Amino acid sequence: MIEIRWHGRGGQGAVTSVEMLALAAIEAGKYAQGFPAFGPERRGAPVMAFNRVSDKPIKIRSGIYQPDVVVVLDPSLVGLVPVTDGLKPAGILIVNTAKPAEEIRKKLNYKGKLFTVDATHIAREELGLPIANTTMLGAVLKATGVLGLNAMKSPVEHRFGRVASKNLSAMKRAFSEMKAAKAA
Amino acid sequence: MGKRVGMEVAIAAAEAVALCNIDVAAVYPITPQSHIAEHMADIIHDGRIDAEFITVESEHSAISALAGASAAGARAYTATSSQGLMLMHEILPIVSAMRLPICMANANRAVSGPLNIWNDHTDIMPQRDSGWICLFTENGQEAIDLSIMSFKIAEDPEVMLPCVVNIDGFQLTHMIEPLEFPSQAEVAKFLPPRKPFAQLHPDNPISMGCFAMPDTYTETVKAKEVALQGAKKVVIRVFSEWAKRFGRKYGVVETYRAKDAETLMLTMGSMGETAATAVDEMRKKGKKVGLVKLRLWRPFPVEEFKAAIAGCKTLVVMDRALSTGGAGGPVATDIKSILYGEKKKPRVLNVVAGLGGRDLTVGDFVNMFGLANKKKNEIFEFYGVRE
Repeated sequence: MIEIRWHGRGGQGAVTSVEMLALAAIEAGKYAQGFPAFGPERRGAPVMAFNRVSDKPIKIRSGIYQPDVVVVLDPSLVGLVPVTDGLKPAGILIVNTAKPAEEIRKKLNYKGKLFTVDATHIAREELGLPIANTTMLGAVLKATGVLGLNAMKSPVEHRFGRVASKNLSAMKRAFSEMKAAKAA
Repeated sequence: MGKRVGMEVAIAAAEAVALCNIDVAAVYPITPQSHIAEHMADIIHDGRIDAEFITVESEHSAISALAGASAAGARAYTATSSQGLMLMHEILPIVSAMRLPICMANANRAVSGPLNIWNDHTDIMPQRDSGWICLFTENGQEAIDLSIMSFKIAEDPEVMLPCVVNIDGFQLTHMIEPLEFPSQAEVAKFLPPRKPFAQLHPDNPISMGCFAMPDTYTETVKAKEVALQGAKKVVIRVFSEWAKRFGRKYGVVETYRAKDAETLMLTMGSMGETAATAVDEMRKKGKKVGLVKLRLWRPFPVEEFKAAIAGCKTLVVMDRALSTGGAGGPVATDIKSILYGEKKKPRVLNVVAGLGGRDLTVGDFVNMFGLANKKKNEIFEFYGVRE
């Protein structure tokens, strides 16, 4: 089982990301959960959302405190909220940022596996909006190998209709443009 | 068999009810039930089912409107949570006394104050004595299955009582997970149209549920009690028909790795899955622990409960609610009174935990099993409370 924690800001679509990932995994025959950090949503405030994906039925109904993967949707959250809290020693941190990986490492005092991608830039170019939630799904798929890119097609098309193809292109770009940071 | 889809459980609960040929829904939105209310309204507004959606100004009105609809012979549905259920409280025992088989989903949530929208069972417990059949669900699939079964149970001529299906707020309602839906045709075969015993009709005027003097009121209370206790065998029968048709087995009390267990934990609702994972972890270390899950809370399945716990030394009873100023949580106080007259009975520990959305992890359940090692126990204890 892989446990993923998403950090974003209210309105940036972190919940949509976990929904897309869970639906894609379930459609691929896996077991999955997608859920928000329970509570009232506030636009712009730091929020979290969660995924569990497994080949076996998932029998846990609690939050995720020791994630295998942390995804940071909003560059401004680095250094603002403790995004690496509880991340497993062998875990993966994926950050949407235009900054060099070294700077992220320094700011978070983080020595583990790190991937960076300028998803906001990609989203602006592909979607015309600085909303990086679907773009970052491409990065998550690349970094974790939890599903193939094709698995996202059906849930994204179902959800986004005529703008689905733009979201899928953004996702593909993040999949190929994401960079693994040098080991610390 | 059914189609496997990924879906949010609240949406799935509304979709399940949409398969049930309902006539009327009156649902007032409240967190964390709102997605059921919104989706039910969508389904009816879009004409996907031939039913009336009554937009009411409160939960008191919702249940009152349904009482009228059900008395007129309609298959009626509502859903609520927390303060909404508290506002319905006045009408709930009237509905059961009138023997109206209204079905309701309750997205379990703490009650105010302080205001808290998160999960526990403090909303359903004050409704415990209202004469409703009360079922608990552990996951989204159970929410679908029991929502459909609830109409069949409630409308059975031997029952004719309302039924509430408890679906833990957020923990279940807001979870996207894999679910299977039976087809419309399969549900139609399982759940024929309602045949009301009596119904309000202008051509045949009758009075229902009006007035009882001291010389008859006690008899009405006993009649309701006999009906509710008698509902258990119908619940069991409907579960068994469901298993035959759809392959998923349900029991009024269910056990998990309980056979040779020295310590058993009893849970209701979504706690069951996380607790089962804790049991698996402890079994790997050779600990003789197991789980008892109470699915049917009212009527309390006394015989099935006794059989499920027979032979265990310690029973840890989880309560996600507290009878304030009383002798612990409502589940444990029931269980202790059931066991009091028994010659052979386990030591009962009562843990009140998971209130107002306080998360319960696998590790928490392992810790709570560990309370069985304590020499002396209080009547009940809070788990994880800061002093």
